[in-house]
Amino acid sequence: MRLARTHVLVGVDDEARLAGVDAVLAALREALSQFNLEGEVQVVETGSLGISGHGIVVAVQPDGVYYAGVTPGDARQIAEEHLLKGRPVARLRLPTTAPVARPAEVLGRQTRVVLANCGVIDPERIEEYIATGGYEALGRAVTEMKPEDVIEEVRNAGLRGRGGAGFPTGIKWSAVRTASEPERYVVCNADEGEPGTFKDRLILEGDPHKLLEGMAIAGYAVGARVGIIYIRGEYKLSIARIERAIADAEALGLLGERVFDTDTSFRVEVRPGAGAYVCGEETSLLESLEGKRGWPRIRPPYPVTHGLWGKPTVVNNVETLANVPVILRRGAAWYRTLGTPTCPGTKVYTILGHVRYPGLVEVEMGTPLRTLIYELGGGLPPGRSLKGVLVGGAAGAFLPPRELDARLDFDSLAERAAALGSGAVLVMDESACIVDMLGSVLRFFCHESCGQCTPCRSGTEVLVRLISSLQTGRADEATLAQMVQVVDAMRAASLCPLGQSVMLPVRTALSGFRDEFAAHLAGAPCPHCAATARALGLACG
Amino acid sequence: MKKEITKEAIAARHPRSPEALLSLLHDLQTANEGNHLTGADLALAASHVGIPLSAVRDAATFYSMFSLAPRGRHIIRLCASPNCHLAGAWSALDELRRSLGVDVGETTADGRFTLELTSCLGACGVAPVMMIDDEVVGNLTPERVREALARYREAR
Ligand SMILES: Cc1cc2nc3c(=O)[nH]c(=O)nc-3n(C[C@H](O)[C@H](O)[C@H](O)COP(=O)(O)O)c2cc1C
Ligand code: SF4
Ligand code: FES
Repeated sequence: MRLARTHVLVGVDDEARLAGVDAVLAALREALSQFNLEGEVQVVETGSLGISGHGIVVAVQPDGVYYAGVTPGDARQIAEEHLLKGRPVARLRLPTTAPVARPAEVLGRQTRVVLANCGVIDPERIEEYIATGGYEALGRAVTEMKPEDVIEEVRNAGLRGRGGAGFPTGIKWSAVRTASEPERYVVCNADEGEPGTFKDRLILEGDPHKLLEGMAIAGYAVGARVGIIYIRGEYKLSIARIERAIADAEALGLLGERVFDTDTSFRVEVRPGAGAYVCGEETSLLESLEGKRGWPRIRPPYPVTHGLWGKPTVVNNVETLANVPVILRRGAAWYRTLGTPTCPGTKVYTILGHVRYPGLVEVEMGTPLRTLIYELGGGLPPGRSLKGVLVGGAAGAFLPPRELDARLDFDSLAERAAALGSGAVLVMDESACIVDMLGSVLRFFCHESCGQCTPCRSGTEVLVRLISSLQTGRADEATLAQMVQVVDAMRAASLCPLGQSVMLPVRTALSGFRDEFAAHLAGAPCPHCAATARALGLACG
Repeated sequence: MKKEITKEAIAARHPRSPEALLSLLHDLQTANEGNHLTGADLALAASHVGIPLSAVRDAATFYSMFSLAPRGRHIIRLCASPNCHLAGAWSALDELRRSLGVDVGETTADGRFTLELTSCLGACGVAPVMMIDDEVVGNLTPERVREALARYREAR
C-alpha cells in the first residue's frame, strides 16, 4: 500500500452503485485536492464493506469511523471536517450500537479470515493483495512443497466444502491427484444461486486474488493446468473484477505459463452462467460448461474421476478455495484453533430479514445461531419478537425460537435435522407468515426444477398446488399430510439433491410451526397469503 | 443503436469451443433490439462452437436469461425469492404492473420493457430487488420503482 496517513475506504458494490457512488467519489477526490490532502489521505475503492441497507458507506481508517448514507455534499463535509480538521461528522456516523461503529468491539466478535481483506484493500490493485502476504502461499507451494504435501496440509486443516455439502476438500483433491488421466481441471463454483446468499460475490468483488491464489494452489496440488470459474450471469461486476485480476496476476507471472518461474503452469478462464439455480449443482454445472442444458448427471461416476469433458475435476466453492492460501501460510495447526474439531475454520453468513444490522459476517464454525442474530445482527428491531429463522436458504430449515442455541456448523445442524447450506440466515419477526414464506420457497423450487426427473418435476408442481390451496383457504388436514408424502417421495426418488432437499423446508415448517398451519386450515384470513394470492392471481374460496 | 458490429465479429471474440456457448449466446442476445436470440443467431453459434443446432436450441431454451421470442428493449426481472418476498416484493410488483400496464411475461406496447419474475439475484442485501438489464435496483418502494422506470423512459 502507498504510504498515507489516513485511508478512506469507499465500498463500491451494487448497492453503492445504485446510490450514486461515482458522484461521491468524485466529490471526495475534488475536496481532497482542494484541501491539499491528496498526499496524506488515500481514497481506496473497495468491495462491499459488509454493511447492507445503509446506502453508500465510507470508512476512515485508522480512526475506525464509519459513515453511512453518504451523498456528494456529505463527502465534501467529511473531507473538510474530519480529514482536514480532525473532527468526525457526528451527523453521518453509524449509530454507536451498530457493529461497524465499534469495530474494535463488534467487528472484533467476527473472525475475519476469508474476508480479512474485503473492504480493506483495493481489489483492483494486485500490489495491495501482495502487501498483505498474498501469493506467498502459492509461491511456497510451487517452489518448496510437493503436491502431496499441499494436499496433506489441507487435509490436516480439516477444510470442508463451503458450497453446502461440507465434503472434506483434502479427500476430493487427493482423489483427483491419484486419478489415472493426466488431463485434469479445477472448476470454481461461483454460481451462487441459493436464495439469501451473496457471500461469494463479496469475495469475488472484494478480494478476487485470494480466490485465484486458492485455485492455483488447487491446480498445483492436483496437477491441473487449467482452472475455470463459472460465475452466475447476473454478477457483472464480479466477472469484470475477476477478469482484471487474472490479467494482473498473469502479467506478474503469478498465473499463466511458468508460475514463479517454475515448470508449473496454471491458466484461469471465466465462464458466465445464464440463470439456472440447478447449475450450482456440480454435475449440472459441468454439463453447462460443456455447452449443454444444465441437467444433473447420474452419479457415480463422480467429477473427481469423470468431470469436465470426462476428465478428473475438482469442483470447489469460492469460499472453500479462498480458505486455502491462509491454510498454507499459517499452517493446519493454526487453522484448527478456529471452529470445531470436525468443522475447523470460519464461515461467512448473510444475516437478512428482520434484524437491525443485516449483512455479511464471518465467524468461527460452531457459533450459536443466537449469537449470530442477537450480537452480530444486532437483534430484532425494538419492540419486535422473533417468530422463526430460515437457515440455509430455500433448501434450508425453518427453525422456531427454541432452536436458537443451535450451533452453526455442518455436524451440529445435521444432528438437528437442519443444514448449514450456504450460510443464509433469514430472520422473521412475529409479523411474518410461515405458510406464506413456505409458499415462496416452494414456488422457487417449482420454477428451478430442471424437469429431468418426474418425482421432482411433478412433485414441485403438486406442492405449489397444495400450498396455494392452503393460502386461499381451501385446504384441510389431508393437504398437510399430502405435502409430507410428496416430499418424502421426492427425497427417496429424485435424481439430484435439488429434489431431495425440498423435504427439509417443508418438514421443518410443518413441525416447528404447526399452529400456524392449523390456523390457515381453520380459514382464518391471513393478509400475507391474501396478498400472495392476489399477486399471483390464485383462485380463492 | 445497438446493432453496429456484425454478428460474425461478435462470434470472433469467443473461442471455438462448446465452453464458449453461453457467453456467445449472451452477447448475441444483447446485440438484438428485441433482447432475444433469432434462428440465425442459434445457427451461427452452432457453427462457431461446433455443436449441432439442435443442441444449441436445447441449451438456449433451458436458461432463464435467454429468450427465443422478441422481448422489450429493457428486461425487468423482479426477484420473488424468500428474502425479497419478506421485504415486500409484491408491492413492487403491484407498482410495476400499474406503471407499465402489463402483466408478468408481457412487453409494453411501445416495446420498451418486458416484465419478468425471477429467482434470487444474489442482491438480497438490498431486498426487495429487481434488475433492469444489468443494473441492480434495490430497496424497492413504489416510488423507487417509478423513479427507475422514469430514468429508462428518459434514456431514449
Ligand atoms: C441445487 C443445488 C445448487 C447448488 N448451488 C451451489 C452454488 O451455488 N455454489 C456452490 O458452491 N455449490 C452449490 N451446490 C453444491 C455443489 O453441488 C457442490 O457440492 C459444491 O460446489 C462443491 O464445492 P465445495 O466442496 O467446495 O463445497 C449446489 C448443490 C445443489 C444440489
Ligand atoms: S431432482 Fe429436480 S433438479 Fe434434480 S434432476 Fe430431478 S428434476 Fe432436475
Ligand atoms: S432473495 Fe431476492 S435477491 Fe436474493
